[in-house]
Amino acid sequence: MGEVLLQMRGIQKYFPGVHALDDCHFELKSGEVHALVGENGAGKSTMMKVLTGVYQMDAGEILLDGKPVQIHDTRDAQALGISIIHQELNLMKDLTVAENIFIGREPMNGILLNKRKQNEMAAELLSSLSIDISPTTIVGTLTVARQQMVEIAKALSYDNTRILIMDEPSAALTESEIEELFRFIRDLKARGVGIVYISHRMGELKEISDRITVMRDGQYIGTVNTAEVTMDEIIRMMVGRVIYEQPKEKSNVPPDAPIVLEARHLLSKDVKDVSFVLHKGEILGFAGLMGAGRTETARLVSGADKRLGGEILVNGKEVNIQTPADAVKAGIGYLSEDRKRYGLCLPLSVADNTVMATLHHFLKGSVVNDKKIREVSHTYREQINIKTPSVDTKVVSLSGGNQQKVVLAKWLVRDCDILIFDEPTRGIDVGAKSEIYKLMNRLVAEGKSIIMISSELPELLRMSDRIIVMCEGVKTGEMDISEATQEKIMALAAPRI
Amino acid sequence: MQSNANRKLNMQKLLAPAALVILYVFFSIFGKNFFGYEGFKQILQSSYYIGFMAFGVTFVIITGGIDLSIGTVMMCSAIIGGTAFTNWGWPVPLALVLVLISGLFFGLCNGLMIAKAKLPPFIATLGTMMVSQGFGSIISNVRTMHYSPTYVGDWFRPVFYISGNFPVGAIWLLGAFAIAAFVLNKTRLGRYNFAIGSNEEAARLSGVKTDRWKIAIYAICGLFAGFAGIFFGAAYTTITPGKGNGEELNAIAAVVIGGTSMSGGSGSMVGTLIGVLIMSTLKKGLSSVGLQAHWQTFFTGFVVIGAVLLDNARNRAANKVKIAAPAVKK
Repeated sequence: MGEVLLQMRGIQKYFPGVHALDDCHFELKSGEVHALVGENGAGKSTMMKVLTGVYQMDAGEILLDGKPVQIHDTRDAQALGISIIHQELNLMKDLTVAENIFIGREPMNGILLNKRKQNEMAAELLSSLSIDISPTTIVGTLTVARQQMVEIAKALSYDNTRILIMDEPSAALTESEIEELFRFIRDLKARGVGIVYISHRMGELKEISDRITVMRDGQYIGTVNTAEVTMDEIIRMMVGRVIYEQPKEKSNVPPDAPIVLEARHLLSKDVKDVSFVLHKGEILGFAGLMGAGRTETARLVSGADKRLGGEILVNGKEVNIQTPADAVKAGIGYLSEDRKRYGLCLPLSVADNTVMATLHHFLKGSVVNDKKIREVSHTYREQINIKTPSVDTKVVSLSGGNQQKVVLAKWLVRDCDILIFDEPTRGIDVGAKSEIYKLMNRLVAEGKSIIMISSELPELLRMSDRIIVMCEGVKTGEMDISEATQEKIMALAAPRI
Repeated sequence: MQSNANRKLNMQKLLAPAALVILYVFFSIFGKNFFGYEGFKQILQSSYYIGFMAFGVTFVIITGGIDLSIGTVMMCSAIIGGTAFTNWGWPVPLALVLVLISGLFFGLCNGLMIAKAKLPPFIATLGTMMVSQGFGSIISNVRTMHYSPTYVGDWFRPVFYISGNFPVGAIWLLGAFAIAAFVLNKTRLGRYNFAIGSNEEAARLSGVKTDRWKIAIYAICGLFAGFAGIFFGAAYTTITPGKGNGEELNAIAAVVIGGTSMSGGSGSMVGTLIGVLIMSTLKKGLSSVGLQAHWQTFFTGFVVIGAVLLDNARNRAANKVKIAAPAVKK
């Protein structure tokens, strides 16, 4: 490893209601692969967005080669030789490899494109990186792994690129493709490029990284040499003791609990013949990777999308759910993973949002009874502890956790007995997280039933009584909490090739 | 911190009324025959039909939509009513009901196209604008309709326009304003109106039948355009098919001047009323200082742009509040 390339010191970043980065540090040497790890919401991407100029830090300093630099936007970052490869690739699928690499700075002949030169330059670049792809290939015809290499080649075609940030580069790759990627990364190391490697896959880090920096809840936890630690130690640093208590040992649901919701052979474009039951007082976890069809299943049950087939039974009776209004009538409330888009009217007040599903209960003749609305909103604000200056405050100014509670209040006012929580703690800070957990436990104790979709396995293991695993639209497994383990779930969630 | 910022926001809400007062005072000083009862009456009189259209389209704009058809629907409805009492021998009161029904019908069509057939509001109402303009000519055989005493009777003007020297239309205008404001602020429709405008999908997922409410809102807008037709007749007494085109933009301009956001989710009837009065004051005022109609259009353009710039500044200020004052302390 060479000398220190980059230092980020004392980085602070605030979002409304959230202290996203609190005194964070990061250091990168040339020729080093430095892994940045932490759970969802730990602040990894915020940190990298500060580095690439997407966000402006509120305090702290960034040093390049020991000299302080200002990064105001993404162009500044690029000029300083910082490039990022996103999880979702930014390539134009209908253009050729060469066209993608040199987009925006095509070699010209007067006012005409010099295609031949462009292809030659691309060929030279690709061969120097030992990438065996023809420059005239249409990018869309390449595998994801090869597209990724094109993207990396593009990043490196900027002469000055010295820092390469890779965000979950292996997420979409197969085993053998990952091997290819690692060979490639080792090549880059040898050329002196410093690589920031973000990944959730522990095994990988051991293989490819030199050092590991751990973040948790927006704080810097520590930096260690990969060779000197075990993965268990890293995991311990990542999760801390704060949020994740022991997983649930056994189900809290009595074996004779009645079935409140039954879905039979649900079918849509993204959901393939999914059936399940939900018992009274149960938390039913849905595990799976991104795009496994969990949210899509929930949207079918809640009437948000039209289903192509299947039946839904509530309390043993078939209900014809065609629209969200039908689902709400049947007592099914859906708390979306994207509450800003699907859950809340942000410019409206807490009170208005609280009664969004029940406005017809608050009418005197045809006049809206604002006094009663405010009273009820106030009651729920107290009951589930929504931290807001008043119920007239606009929802947009609340923190994520409190926004989530407003959505919950909306369904509680409606007296929904079946609640679907889709990623209920995404983008919510620790304190609010455990509060949401407590609320969910209280709700099932009161006889409500919950479907919980989550991508965080520890969260699922802690909360659920039973877990259903999905993969690529298919239900691949179902297990009682007493027999559920992370390994078992992951094995069922991973696509078979 | 927040209360401070809120006060600043409220100050900005006062800008439209303040602008109205300033304009009025300015023209009172510099205009000929502006200040006084006569001038005031004329300002009111040129507010009637624009006002009705503007109240109606305020609902639509708060949903985040637009209705470009109100001007020609107003004209077409008045022509249909005129044809009814001129050519078909209908009694005038019944013909006036037909005017309202015509407006309602066009609004309903807009609502169905937008909510059910999922056409963009701009396209749907652009189509209705052309259809209604053409239909007015077709049904009247391109003949001018008269709302003068010989055709509609002596009672018409004193009821809808002016009685003695008293501007009766102002009573109707204020009545319509009161009803529109009540519906927007106090009824379920009004509440859903804001919900749809700020996040239609969230409202739908909450079980709100957004399609039906949107149809109702466009129908209401059409009904208001129908009312505007009656007052258009009262104000001009002769209506040529093809007139009315462009008036929708005046109404929309008034709504925008009143602070209703074109992106939906926020707005007020009071703002629209003030916007209408600003337009009328400008119209009367500029002619009182000797500037002709084209100057009015010219200056109105600036007022519209200025109002929206102000609106943007207001939104930016609101966003600053969001960041500066997190509602939660950990």
